[in-house]
Amino acid sequence: MQNETVLQPKKAPKSLLSKGVRDHLVAYSFIAPNFIGFAIFTLVPMFFAFVLAFVKWDGSNPMEFIGFDNFTRLMRDTTFHKALWNTIVYTIGVVPFTMAVALALAILLNQRIIARNFMRTVFFFPYVASLVAVAAVWNFIFSPTMGPVNNILHLISGVPIEDLPRWAADKHWAMFTVILFTVWKNMGYYMVIYLAGLQGINPELYEAAELDGANAWRRFRNVTVPQLAPTTFFVLMILVINSFKVYDIFINLFAGADNQLNDSTRVMVYQIYNTAFRSLDYGYASAMAIVLFLLVLGITIVQFRGEKKYGQ
Amino acid sequence: MVGSNKGIRMGTMVLVYALLLATVFCMLVPYLWMLSSSLKLNKDVFSFPMQWIPAHPRWENFVDIWTKIPLGRFIFNTAKLSVIVTILQLLTSSFAAYAFSKLHFKGKNVLFLGYIATIAIPWQAYMVPQFIMMRSLGLNNTHMAIILLQAFSAFGVFLMRQFYQGVPDELCEAARIDGLSEYGIWARIMLPLSKPALSTLTIFTFVSTWNDFLGPMIYLTKTDLKTIQIGLRMFISQYSAEYGLIMAASVVSIIPVVIVFLALQKYFVQGVAASGIKG
Repeated sequence: MQNETVLQPKKAPKSLLSKGVRDHLVAYSFIAPNFIGFAIFTLVPMFFAFVLAFVKWDGSNPMEFIGFDNFTRLMRDTTFHKALWNTIVYTIGVVPFTMAVALALAILLNQRIIARNFMRTVFFFPYVASLVAVAAVWNFIFSPTMGPVNNILHLISGVPIEDLPRWAADKHWAMFTVILFTVWKNMGYYMVIYLAGLQGINPELYEAAELDGANAWRRFRNVTVPQLAPTTFFVLMILVINSFKVYDIFINLFAGADNQLNDSTRVMVYQIYNTAFRSLDYGYASAMAIVLFLLVLGITIVQFRGEKKYGQ
Repeated sequence: MVGSNKGIRMGTMVLVYALLLATVFCMLVPYLWMLSSSLKLNKDVFSFPMQWIPAHPRWENFVDIWTKIPLGRFIFNTAKLSVIVTILQLLTSSFAAYAFSKLHFKGKNVLFLGYIATIAIPWQAYMVPQFIMMRSLGLNNTHMAIILLQAFSAFGVFLMRQFYQGVPDELCEAARIDGLSEYGIWARIMLPLSKPALSTLTIFTFVSTWNDFLGPMIYLTKTDLKTIQIGLRMFISQYSAEYGLIMAASVVSIIPVVIVFLALQKYFVQGVAASGIKG
C-alpha cells in the first residue's frame, strides 16, 4: 500500500515530462529574442573588458599579455589622475547642488498652485531636449565678449567686459560653468522623483505635527526629511553614478572641432575614449574602464547596504 | 492672530510664486533666445540690448540649413534608428518579461539576476570591447551597430517585468483554461493591459536613442550615416560663426523631441516617478 502511494506521484511527472519540456521550450522562446542579443552585445563585451585590461593591443598586431602593467601605468599617469580628479570635482559640485534645487522645486510644486503642470513640464523639458542644441545656446549666451550674460553683468557691475569671467573658455570658471549647466539640464528629472516621494508621505503626519505646534521648518525637519530618506538616497546614488559617466556634456561645452579637452576639463570617459579610439591603446583604455567600473560598483554596493538600512 | 496668520500665508504664497516664476524664466530663456536667434542675421544675434522679436525675421535660415548640411539625411537617419530600436525594444522586452513574470522554467532566477546585475554596469566600461567586436563583425560604420547596441537593454526587461508582476496570475490561468496559448495570452491579454508601461518604455527608448551622442560618435564616422546629434555638432564646428544657422538647426533638432515629449509626457513622468519609488 505504502509503496503504491509513493510510486503514484513518481509516475505522474513521467507522463507530464513531455509537457514540462514543452513548457520550458515555450518559456525559453519568450526569453530568447532579447537574451541572445543581450548576451552577444552586452555580456560578451563585458567579459572581454576584463581580459583586455591585462593585455597590450593596438587592434592589428597580436595581443600581448602584460599582467598588471596597465594598472601600474595608470598609477603614474598624471593625465589620467587629472581626469579622475576633474570627474570627482564635477561630481562634488553637481550632486549637492542638484539635490538642493530639485528638492526645493519639488516642495514648491507640491503646494496647491496655479499652472502646476505647466511648470513641471518647463522644469523637466531640458532633461529631454537634445544636448548638442542646448549646449550651443549656452555657449552663445555665456560667450565671453559677445554673450548677453557678460553684457548684462558689465552693465550692472561696471566691470570691463575683458575682466569678467570667460566661463567655458576660462580654466578657472570652466568647472563652475559645466556644473551650472548640468544642474539646469537635469534637475527636472530629480524633481519629478522627489515630487513622487513627497506625494507618498502620509498627510496625517503633517496634521499630527501641526497639532503638536510644529512650525513649517520643524515640520520639514521632522516629517519631510526622514520620510524622504529613501528617495534622497536613491537620488544621491543615481546622481553620483551619472556624474562619473559624464562625457557628452564636456565635449559639447568645451571641445572644438577636434573634440579635444584640455587639462582643466578632461574627464574619465573622455580619457577612455581618447586612449581607445585615438591612440588605439585598447588594453590601456580597458584598464581605465575597469577603474570606472569599480568606482560605480563601489557606489552600487553602498546603495544596496543603504537600501537595507532605509528599507521600504 | 488670524489676521497675521493670513498675512504670513499670503507672504509665503507670494514668495513661492516669485521663486517659481524666476525659475521658469531661467529655464525658458535659453529656448526663447534660441528661437529668436534662429530668425536673425549673424551680425544681429549678439546685438545688445537684444531684440527678442526680430524686426525682420530671416526665415531663409530655415531654408538654408537644409542645403548647407545634409540635415534631412541626419533627421531621417535618427528617426529610422529611433523607430527601429524602439520597436525592437518593446517587442523583445515585453516578450522576455512575460516569461520572467508569468512562466516557470529552470534558471529563471539566475537569468533574471544576470539582467539586473548588468543594469548597474556603465556602458562606458565596456564600450571599447563592444566596438572591437562590432568591427570584427564588419559593423563599424553601419546603422546596424547602433541598433544592436540599443535594442536589447536590461532596463526594458526590468521595467516590463515590474509591470507584469502587478497583473494577477488568475487572469493568465483563466485564459489558459479557455485554450489560449502562451503567445496568445501575451498578445491578447498582456500587451493590451500594459499600455502604460509600453508608453513609458517607448518614450524613454525613443528619446534616449534620438539624443544618444557617444554611441553614434564611436560608430558613425561617415557623414551620410550620421545622426542629428553628431551631425549638428559637426555643423557647429564647421560653421562656428554662422550663429543664425546654428540656432535654426538646433530648433529643428529639438522639435521631434518636443512633440513626443508633450504627447507622452504623462507616461514619462510616471516612469521617472516609479523608478524613484522603487528605490
